[in-house]
Amino acid sequence: MLDLTYNSPKPKVIAGAKHDWELVIGLEVHAQVATKAKLFSGASTLFGSEPNSNVAFVDAGMPGMLPVINEACVAQAVRTGLGLKAQINLNSAFDRKNYFYPDLPQGYQISQLYHPIVGEGEVLVEMGNGMARLVRIERIHLEQDAGKSIHDMDPNMSFVDLNRTGVALMEIVSRPDIRGADEAAAFVLKLRQILRYLGTCDGNMQNGSMRADVNVSVCRPGDYERYQATQDFGELGTRCEIKNMNSTRFIQMAIDVEARRQIAILEDGGTITQETRLFDPDKNETRSMRSKEEAHDYRYFPDPDLLPLEIEQAWVDDIAATLPELPDAKKARFIAEFSLSDYDASVLTAEVANAAYFEQVANGRDGKLAANWVINELFGRLKKDDRDITDSPVTPDQLGKIVGLITKGDISGKIAKDLFEIVYTTGGDPEALVEERGMKQVTDTGAIETAVDAVIADNPDQVEKAKANPKLAGWFVGQVMKATGGKANPAVVNKLVVEKLGL
Amino acid sequence: MSDLTKLTISAARDALRKGDLTSVELTAACLTEIDAADALNAFVHKTPEIAMEQAKAADARQGADAPLLNGIPLGIKDLFCTKGVASQAGSRILEGFKPEYESTVTTQLFDAGAVMLGKLNMDEFAMGSSNETSTYGDAVNPWKVDDRALTPGGSSGGSASAVAADLCLGATGTDTGGSIRQPAAFTGITGIKPTYGRVSRWGIVAFASSLDQAGPMTKDVRDAAIMLQAMCGHDPKDSTSADLAVPDFEAALTGDIRGKTIGIPKEYHMEGIPAEIEKLWADGTAMLKDAGAKIVDITLPHTKYALPAYYVIAPAEASSNLARYDGVRFGHRAKLDAGDGITEMYEKTRAEGFGHEVQRRVMIGTYVLSAGFYDAYYNRARKVRTLIKQDFENVFAQGVDAILTPATPSAAFGLGDMTDADPVQMYLNDVFTVTVNLAGLPGIAVPAGLDRQGLPLGLQLIGRPWEEADLLNTAYSLERAAGFVAKPAKWW
Repeated sequence: MLDLTYNSPKPKVIAGAKHDWELVIGLEVHAQVATKAKLFSGASTLFGSEPNSNVAFVDAGMPGMLPVINEACVAQAVRTGLGLKAQINLNSAFDRKNYFYPDLPQGYQISQLYHPIVGEGEVLVEMGNGMARLVRIERIHLEQDAGKSIHDMDPNMSFVDLNRTGVALMEIVSRPDIRGADEAAAFVLKLRQILRYLGTCDGNMQNGSMRADVNVSVCRPGDYERYQATQDFGELGTRCEIKNMNSTRFIQMAIDVEARRQIAILEDGGTITQETRLFDPDKNETRSMRSKEEAHDYRYFPDPDLLPLEIEQAWVDDIAATLPELPDAKKARFIAEFSLSDYDASVLTAEVANAAYFEQVANGRDGKLAANWVINELFGRLKKDDRDITDSPVTPDQLGKIVGLITKGDISGKIAKDLFEIVYTTGGDPEALVEERGMKQVTDTGAIETAVDAVIADNPDQVEKAKANPKLAGWFVGQVMKATGGKANPAVVNKLVVEKLGL
Repeated sequence: MSDLTKLTISAARDALRKGDLTSVELTAACLTEIDAADALNAFVHKTPEIAMEQAKAADARQGADAPLLNGIPLGIKDLFCTKGVASQAGSRILEGFKPEYESTVTTQLFDAGAVMLGKLNMDEFAMGSSNETSTYGDAVNPWKVDDRALTPGGSSGGSASAVAADLCLGATGTDTGGSIRQPAAFTGITGIKPTYGRVSRWGIVAFASSLDQAGPMTKDVRDAAIMLQAMCGHDPKDSTSADLAVPDFEAALTGDIRGKTIGIPKEYHMEGIPAEIEKLWADGTAMLKDAGAKIVDITLPHTKYALPAYYVIAPAEASSNLARYDGVRFGHRAKLDAGDGITEMYEKTRAEGFGHEVQRRVMIGTYVLSAGFYDAYYNRARKVRTLIKQDFENVFAQGVDAILTPATPSAAFGLGDMTDADPVQMYLNDVFTVTVNLAGLPGIAVPAGLDRQGLPLGLQLIGRPWEEADLLNTAYSLERAAGFVAKPAKWW
């Protein structure tokens, strides 16, 4: 496999009133596992169903009901772990996290505190200009999602929707390796990209399929390097956890404002209290949810309704064998195979569907030209219509033929744009269209020469002026192109005009 | 007519198959007895319509090929969820709760043709050893001394009372620390707790998930074998249910135990155990020896830690299992005052809905799982549990086939006798039985004699895991040798 090499970016430095400060950030990303059924019940995970329509007895915490693990969820967690180059734990176990809330019918969430299914892995977060941060993953564990409490439908009543209750989540926990708000956002997007490649999470942040808790602390320059050397968290500042963020923009805003809050406290001689905070995007501030003292005591203990989860290496190997080419590898290959720029390769590999489309267009053709056409013409046109690559009216085969016609010299770039528009709106085979509509570029020197001669003969005044000012040759080229309906090869026209005018 | 209810399951089965009796007759006789036995407070939800319907259906399919329990009227402990029928686990907090689903055990019993007479009294959430924590009030033991009302034991007190008083032919029980075996011993009947994982827990209101097992409570060992047969089997809906074949338990009852090795654990000779219990145990040992078994003294060195470990693990699991009773979705919800929020709803609902013993255990369980105490209590208790399990494994590895112990440290005591006592006094009732739950082993209580007041006493046999067939056969041999035939005088 090809690997690209990167340099680590410098940490974000924030100038305080007294000192410089650096950011230290770790994320816990909750990703909804893409499966049809919930983690411990057969109820559907379909988003947007009628409230309380996707609820099994066990999801509702009915007396005597028992959880049974859904193998598909375990497979997806393993697949995710493999995609993050992580250690897969063949022995893991489920624990109960106990707390009371109306949208938690059992009174506990089944999670994996002590023995998670996935151990240490990594995510390479590219930051542009040859920079990338390697963020270590500490663990991934499987857990149940809670339901939804609705407090604004009635002045006196609260309502509960249990459709989401028991849906499988992967909690992906990073090490505190992220050093800036932009890196945090890029980490979430990169993780999302990998999960979408793997098909283990749809990554839909608006619907809550991906949410992040962001741990933020600040430290003085040099502290972090000492932490790295010793892995002693005492070298770092006290962190605060900003809960439940579902947009990368808000993540960045929250980190910035939280860092400034902490710096202000520290520079005033105060200390940071470890606590959970909520970000309010309207006021652009974080607010305390609960401090460590009033934090829940979750009374974790092994769930006695479930046996330890044992999986076999052979099963893991089978899953590994079906892993797709992942973004980093694909991007490296595109750069090597199609001579693409880093930027173009990034754009084309952002979504697996884009990359697949591009590869079909570029197959056996000029990769760079194909990339330009996919990125500039196709993506631009689709965006204008608010369409997705998956419902593009132009197939990769059609676009490939257009690119091929350009490379062969059969059509000019300008004609190609017209051809693309025809194919986009009315369809058809590009090669046949070029023939039918006489769009083929004229490269026959004799025919062009006749046209050049005619223009020169018809415009003796211009000929005189051109002889005095050779820049006017362009006017003749334009006239010839006009006379040939744009089909003449501009390079040939240019050459002949210069010759005939004796410039 | 009323003598019909005195039949054992096996005798009734044979009579039904031969056509000497119909299930409708038998069921009607039971329903009559039940209606006349309100003083025992055993049946707390009667289901005569369901019973008669099931009896008619059973009669329609009667014959040589009829299923195992075809037409046999049973009582069902209130802990089992029965579809459309009140299933309250003896608690106020489940007032009005009628499940939309049928537990696996009752489903299997009905598939085997059994008839449900109603739901049976029990200690609230199976927490208790005297059936005095029930929201329905005390169940009463049909055995009496003078005019004192006695406890039938607990938590399956209603089941024990109903079977001993011949209100039904058999009953389901559940056993988390002795809740089948202790009431069986207190009422002179047989009760077996199978190996953990043998019977599905799906649809049984959970007390302590790693200890709970359902089992039959019957008039004799043969009936226990027949009824257990119908209750057992792998259930994919219970992750802790074992995927093992179920042998023919009744066929195993040969009574031949020659060459078997029976262990007598020295640690069960506990201080303060009445001499007549020690004597009963010695008599039982002699009976098994006479039947050809080899008797060996064994040691189970961690026995003394079993009760403390049990009273950490069981409440810990219970505190979590009972969190779902919050007034939000089903059962009792407290009336709220203006301005009360969700916290007040939880607090008031649970304060009103749970009795004191349940509250005590929820608090103990919450405490032992708390940050800072988890290792000292819960984790240590788990380690003790492992050691207790190893004690038994060592003994079985030495060739012991079964272990004989007393079932209880006393005969049935008076209702109300323990009201003012330290709760630990009540917990001591489980001293011979909890080890079996902690180790996940099968255990059976068999009536073996009467004390000097004329109350029944039981002996317990503990078997190897998954070897219920062998255990039942040893119990069968003991039963035959003990020849216990006493019945309580009918006063209700």
